[in-house]
Amino acid sequence: MNAPTFTAAGLARGARRSLAVAAGLAPFGLVVGVLAAGKGLSLTETGLMSGLVFAGASQILALDLWTHPAPVLAVSFAAFAVNLRMALMGPALAPWLERLSGWRLWGNLFLLVDHGFALAIAEGRKGERDGGFLFGAGFALWCAWLACSLAGHLLGTTLHPPRGHPLFFAALAAFVSLLVPLWRGRQDALPWLAAAAVALPVAHFAPHGAWHVVAAALAGGLVGAFGERRRGAP
Amino acid sequence: MIAASNLVAILGMALATLACRAGGYFLFRALRPSPFLRAMLGYVPGALFVGYVAPALAAGGAKEWVGAAATLITVRLSGNIAIGIAAGTVSAWLVWLAR
Repeated sequence: MNAPTFTAAGLARGARRSLAVAAGLAPFGLVVGVLAAGKGLSLTETGLMSGLVFAGASQILALDLWTHPAPVLAVSFAAFAVNLRMALMGPALAPWLERLSGWRLWGNLFLLVDHGFALAIAEGRKGERDGGFLFGAGFALWCAWLACSLAGHLLGTTLHPPRGHPLFFAALAAFVSLLVPLWRGRQDALPWLAAAAVALPVAHFAPHGAWHVVAAALAGGLVGAFGERRRGAP
Repeated sequence: MIAASNLVAILGMALATLACRAGGYFLFRALRPSPFLRAMLGYVPGALFVGYVAPALAAGGAKEWVGAAATLITVRLSGNIAIGIAAGTVSAWLVWLAR
């Protein structure tokens, strides 16, 4: 197969596709901004965090722990624990990343994020292999993330949606909607059930961090791989 | 304005996160994974998002269930993720208002 490795057209395609998902990211970004303002972080610091860390759940958890002076080790470990799931995404994207080097590779690794990852996997199954697609999707999400968290910081003092407000449901709706293009058919049923069965108790007993996501990914992967071996698939 | 301790904490988070993003991939490349591990990675994306969604739904109420169902159905029918997120959020909002 001789698909292009990294094109401007792919970049534009990825950016366009991911803007649809950015709607799910917006309330999350606003929350990060509001929380950061509440903890006394400046607008610059909020932008720096969203721009460099670019991982919503870990930022929310870290801001929850934030004190003055900042607890460096605690928030760094929180980021590591919540984002460990990304260590599983890189290998799953190997067919894309293997053909890239330099800034194209590192840029894609830096911009790796749940929503862009899911889009790339779904499009990859339809034959998309353009590293530009991945980069465009990640970069558009990064811009949206930065804009939303800065807007959240600015609104921080005026906007106070309560914790259970349905606006926050958009973040969950984004993940639910990404399940649809990821579903390949019957072979996914058992791995997905296993993932849910493992995620529930882990989330219950280890509510901090995102261990349930890592555990679910590993459980689903194992059940899927054992299923393929049993069926004698290649 | 940037406070020194905040800057160090943000850089610490950024490094820890980049280690996750890049570390998994480079480890995978160095280890030359077996066919079993490759097969496993094919199932990781879906399972990962199930891992997000399942506990949130289990902990949620009518608002979350109705919203999730509306999202799934809308994305399935329209093939458009943005419309699905909007429909799901509006449905959840309506359930919230009705209570």
